[in-house]
Amino acid sequence: MSAIYTLGIDVGSTASKCIILKDGQEIVGKSLIDVGAGTSGPQRAIEAVLSEAGMKKEDMAFTLATGYGRTSLMDGIADKQMSELSCHAKGAAFLFPNVHTVIDIGGQDVKVLHIDNGAMTNFQMNDKCAAGTGRFLDVMARVLEVKVEDLGRLGAMSQKKVGISSTCTVFAESEVISQLAMGTDKCDIIDGIHRSVAHRVTGLAHRIGVVPDVVMTGGVAQNTGVVKALQEEIGCPIKTSPLTQYNGALGAALMGWQAASRRK
Amino acid sequence: MAKQVSPGVLALRKVVDDVHTEAREAKKRGELVGWSSSKFPCELAAAFDLHVMYPENQAAGIAANRYGEILCQAAEDLGYDNDICGYARISLAYADGKRAARKFDPETGEYVIDPSTGRPLKDAEGKVVMDPETGKPKKDPKTQTPYIVLDDLNEINAMPDGPEKERRLEAISPIRQMQIPQPDFVLCCNNICNCMTKWYENIARMHNIPLIMIDIPYNNTVEVDDENVRYVRAQFDQAIKQLEKLTGKKFDEKKFEQACANANRTAKAWLKVCDYLQYKPAPYSGFDLFNHMADVVTARARVEAAEAFELLAKDLEETVKNGETTTPFPEKYRVMFEGIPCWPKLPALFKPLKEHGVNVTAVVYAPAFGFVYNNMDEMARAYYKAPNSVCIEQGVDWREGICRDNKVDGVLVHYNRSCKPWSGYMAEMQRRFTDDLGVPCAGFDGDQADPRNFNAAQYETRVQGLVEAMEANKQAKEA
Repeated sequence: MSAIYTLGIDVGSTASKCIILKDGQEIVGKSLIDVGAGTSGPQRAIEAVLSEAGMKKEDMAFTLATGYGRTSLMDGIADKQMSELSCHAKGAAFLFPNVHTVIDIGGQDVKVLHIDNGAMTNFQMNDKCAAGTGRFLDVMARVLEVKVEDLGRLGAMSQKKVGISSTCTVFAESEVISQLAMGTDKCDIIDGIHRSVAHRVTGLAHRIGVVPDVVMTGGVAQNTGVVKALQEEIGCPIKTSPLTQYNGALGAALMGWQAASRRK
Repeated sequence: MAKQVSPGVLALRKVVDDVHTEAREAKKRGELVGWSSSKFPCELAAAFDLHVMYPENQAAGIAANRYGEILCQAAEDLGYDNDICGYARISLAYADGKRAARKFDPETGEYVIDPSTGRPLKDAEGKVVMDPETGKPKKDPKTQTPYIVLDDLNEINAMPDGPEKERRLEAISPIRQMQIPQPDFVLCCNNICNCMTKWYENIARMHNIPLIMIDIPYNNTVEVDDENVRYVRAQFDQAIKQLEKLTGKKFDEKKFEQACANANRTAKAWLKVCDYLQYKPAPYSGFDLFNHMADVVTARARVEAAEAFELLAKDLEETVKNGETTTPFPEKYRVMFEGIPCWPKLPALFKPLKEHGVNVTAVVYAPAFGFVYNNMDEMARAYYKAPNSVCIEQGVDWREGICRDNKVDGVLVHYNRSCKPWSGYMAEMQRRFTDDLGVPCAGFDGDQADPRNFNAAQYETRVQGLVEAMEANKQAKEA
């Protein structure tokens, strides 16, 4: 029997991600382009993943789109679209079969998902506000003149606790500037920023209840400083995977595989 | 083919139209017209044959007609904070004389049409006509509307009589909500919320008119204590004295009793209509109840409102017997919609619900306005029970009751930026719904009247997530 290949596309606010899955089990290609909905990102991500897998679009038995830009792909590219909520739940359950809580921190969204038997049964999302999201970290990294990908490493070198507001990104930016002007060490400020994100996200998580195993997904999960701070705030271990930023696309590819299997 | 509207719904619409028409005509005759909060004891005003308009209902209509932002902005320009209730901002701008008017071009002598408005043009076969140049649907010119600008009624009234004054008056939007007469007195009961208190004080001060205030404090217990009842009864008595002074008439006990009887009859008929949502599938969309609220608010003490609801109940009985529904899509999921709708964004609100077959089969207004009473003390107790003045235990109990009776699969919660109580307590309520009912709940940010606080993309994601969670729950139960 020939293999079933499915393509999952996650078009987020800040990045476009693709995964090609073989028989709902094996990842044969992945791609990430650093621009998201409304840009050339999605098309470039699709081209990149097909190129990596050495395949053509016609080889895909099913293509499923998710993320903010999902509906724009319904015009001849994707067979179906689903919210990133279910896709993140699916992806996390694939990577961590015992997951019951998923914390996804993306470019401008924070979601906490409750999972039972591998499916999402309830969820909570952030209000219309960027505090605690990837956007928050982007703004802070710019002010501190460091790369976003270095925040985790730098925060780990902190020697002193510095409090940074978790209520508003713009106000927090002002606080960081004040701290810099006072000569506070950048590493201490970064650690404070990580704890600010953790504090905000923990509040959201408790609204839905935290049940282990807890898995963190989304781009911000690559920031070891945020993961560590969140673990401390929530009070239980948090699992992550190198595929955190692809989790939505992975879930989409898995949903696509389920749909393709039902078709046969 | 135009959608068939049931006789009951037509009757309900006529009642509200009549209330507004009668108020406008009364004002022209020089009679007193008041503005009232939605849950002020209308029976007291009815005992004096007073014409009363309702700013909350007015603001909802203004927002639904897309004039909410221009009036909210006008209120903010007057100095009112962007954070206060959108209904209050619209009402305060209106009280100040601000009006939404159609933009006029003196060169052409016509109103300037907004090209972005209007429905798609259809040919004789009902197919959408595409514009070959843009590749987009052409607009039906008959359905397009002019640009809206802000005008000032006080400024217009101060002009000398003449064609320009007439033109500007004519340009004011003709919707009934933009033609409500300015108030001669205001009736405020703050059982709805505390913002009401200052809102109505402001109107009274602006117009230098009498304010009749009934203060109903927030109640921390489910039961209404006898002391609470005495406090409110005393204020009813005081309100009667104030109304006697205002009108120069004596309080008419017979008229009052008749108004109470009508209000009770309306409440019973309202509850009967709401109960039809228990049927699976429901014979109508719960969203329709928000429209029918206009009668509950503006005409509760009128026998015509009771009769119209009774007629609607008859229509629904027929609909159920025939196995039909007026919901414009097959019902796949049933939800409680918690909070006030986002009036300026109703199509956006409805779109993903329709797409996923989500019918609203429970709203808290059902039990909240279904109060009946047999004497003045019971009436005082009833007025103590507005959704935002009851304790959280009562609020949760109402909602969970209708969720169970009306067999919901999930809850969609509107975190209404305009309403501090109706967003502040929602997080805790949502947590209790999840624990007690075992159904998924999704919240979204929005606003009852200010369109700037609603984001369609965020809303659609949350509705879609709710649908996916309800589906997962369904499959788990079936397994």
